[in-house]
Amino acid sequence: MNKFENFTGIVAAFDRSNIDTDAIIPKQYLKSIKRSGFGINLFDDWRYLDPGEPGQDNSQRRLNPEFLLNREPYNAAQILLARENFACGSSREHAVWALMDFGFKVVIAPSFADIFYNNSFKNGLLPIALDEEVVDLLFTELQGQPDYRLSVDLQGQVVSNAGGVEFPFEIDEFRKYCLLNGLDDIGLTMQKSEQIKSFEQQYYQKLPWLQ
Amino acid sequence: MAGKTLYDKIWDLHQVDTSADGAGLLYIDRHLVHEVTSPQAFEGLEIAQRTLWRKRSILAVPDHNVPTTGLEAGITDPVARLQVDTLNDNCDKYALTEFKMGDVRQGVVHVIGPEQGATLPGMTVVCGDSHTSTHGAFAALAFGIGTSEVEHVMATQCLIQKKSKNMRVTVAGEVAEGITAKDIVLHIIGEIGTAGGTGCTIEFAGEAITGLSMEGRMTVCNMTIEAGARAGLIACDQTTLDYIAGRPFAPSGEMWDQAVAFWGDLHSDDDAIFDREVVIDAADIAPQVTWGTSPEMVCSINQRIPDPADEVDTIKAGGMRAALDYMGLKANTSFDQIHVDKVFIGSCTNSRIEDLRAAAGVVKGRKLAANIKLALVVPGSGLVKQQAELEGLDRIFVDAGFEWREPGCSMCLGMNADRLDPGERCASTSNRNFEGRQGTGGRTHLVSPAMAAAAAVQGHFVDVRELMRGEL
Ligand code: SF4
Repeated sequence: MNKFENFTGIVAAFDRSNIDTDAIIPKQYLKSIKRSGFGINLFDDWRYLDPGEPGQDNSQRRLNPEFLLNREPYNAAQILLARENFACGSSREHAVWALMDFGFKVVIAPSFADIFYNNSFKNGLLPIALDEEVVDLLFTELQGQPDYRLSVDLQGQVVSNAGGVEFPFEIDEFRKYCLLNGLDDIGLTMQKSEQIKSFEQQYYQKLPWLQ
Repeated sequence: MAGKTLYDKIWDLHQVDTSADGAGLLYIDRHLVHEVTSPQAFEGLEIAQRTLWRKRSILAVPDHNVPTTGLEAGITDPVARLQVDTLNDNCDKYALTEFKMGDVRQGVVHVIGPEQGATLPGMTVVCGDSHTSTHGAFAALAFGIGTSEVEHVMATQCLIQKKSKNMRVTVAGEVAEGITAKDIVLHIIGEIGTAGGTGCTIEFAGEAITGLSMEGRMTVCNMTIEAGARAGLIACDQTTLDYIAGRPFAPSGEMWDQAVAFWGDLHSDDDAIFDREVVIDAADIAPQVTWGTSPEMVCSINQRIPDPADEVDTIKAGGMRAALDYMGLKANTSFDQIHVDKVFIGSCTNSRIEDLRAAAGVVKGRKLAANIKLALVVPGSGLVKQQAELEGLDRIFVDAGFEWREPGCSMCLGMNADRLDPGERCASTSNRNFEGRQGTGGRTHLVSPAMAAAAAVQGHFVDVRELMRGEL
């Protein structure tokens, strides 16, 4: 997992609540053997005018010109702004993989579905919950400003706009530590390698038939 | 200080570390791997340039996607084929033990682990599949994990876990003749509900449980997840040892003796305290049939389909109505009025040799009823299939009109070509009767192998004991 660095990025705003994981990545793509490559099918039903199947050449499909992420500069957006209960529904980790593969690093919403929230941290995506009023304000600010950008400072736990107005956010200390250091659970457990090895030594002495 | 439960003992044995918030770092002995939930984990390792901590802990097998017929042609669905090929490639690359298609040892992951002696008492066993609970029958702590966790175990041989609560379900006394492990576990789920074991590890105890064979115990533990608990456990006893002895992955000679001495302690202490205790009277258990779209929607064959009008809880009543509507059933119908279209004998719940023997015992000398469109027997592994053929069970099924298939998950989830068409009704020995589980619009009734066989020859549900007594 990459370290989470401060950045300033373009905001793609979806003025909807309850965007579910089925919308984020439809079920037919779960047959895939990859954790990567889902970006091209992110929001597939909204993004393309024809139905999608796994393994298809997506460059041959008809893009929906109305869809935000098909338009400049949002095709390079790094921050997704949405309304409440983002990513509800199925537990598919593929939803996180698809968002990240597209290029998103942060999702800002008033609230998130539990499982998605947890899955995000396992993969280095930062979900930021801001108060309803703040989210409202952001939606108002970006009206008519295609190049609207926000800056994210994880260490300082603030999101700020071009004018320097800061919006602080909460995050669990442990999760913040993992993101800042680019540590997934695996990275952390691997820091205990020596402990695991010495555990194994005494363990297999006691249970030699398992060695 | 109170004694320890079996769960406490296995947990303590495997705890590498504890963190401040009470989560433990748990050492994993056995990692079972199949084609659907492993590719991203292997890929993750590669991207992070990590390797596998303990390759020999892994036993891999393709099962979910494999066809059960026409194997000469290989897998024709290209997406499924790629998943299986990927598993093969990954296993070859890291030199992992895999039973590929065509290997007589190939089969459903939860059947082959125990069959090979790869699941041993006191072990921690994980797999990217919720029915890993099956292996708890061997006094092993076994539970399903997600893809990120699969990768975590591959890389570190450990998992970060919160300890669950201790629950014990005692099935006291002996069951009546003709009552199987499937009836016992369906009855338990009917009693405690699909969320009855949430947050718990359930230990099964009592004469009705200890009286079961290992096959039967696996059936019970398999469906623990359907009761909301991630893991089920049964203490180690002579039945356990007799099953394991001599299997390929099991210890032998001096090591066997040492192991057996250690396994002798794999039971809950007499003074252990459980957070929850449920006692069920074995004598109350009759053959079970599910009527709805959740395993807790179950009743005895001689009861009638329940009436939502009798349910005081309005939310529950609404759920019952929706389920009856989906299932195309009316309240108060008796089960012998319910005709089935297809019969499926298989899955990690009921595809072991004992299950096939039970079904064949009912089928012998009889024919499929005229209304049965398709009746499948899908052995749990190539070795189960071989054994059944040695005993002539395949002939009994084929003579009656059943199809005798190759091992795999098959119609349990319909990821391959074996599935229900919309509106079709199935008597199935699998574990989930969710909407669309066996095919979009399909209607699943969960039963034991003997009850499925009885429905196949009668064309509708029937108390198999009447058939066995020669009354039908
Ligand atoms: S047989 Fe069914 S429940 Fe068992 S592992 Fe296969 S798909 Fe899952």
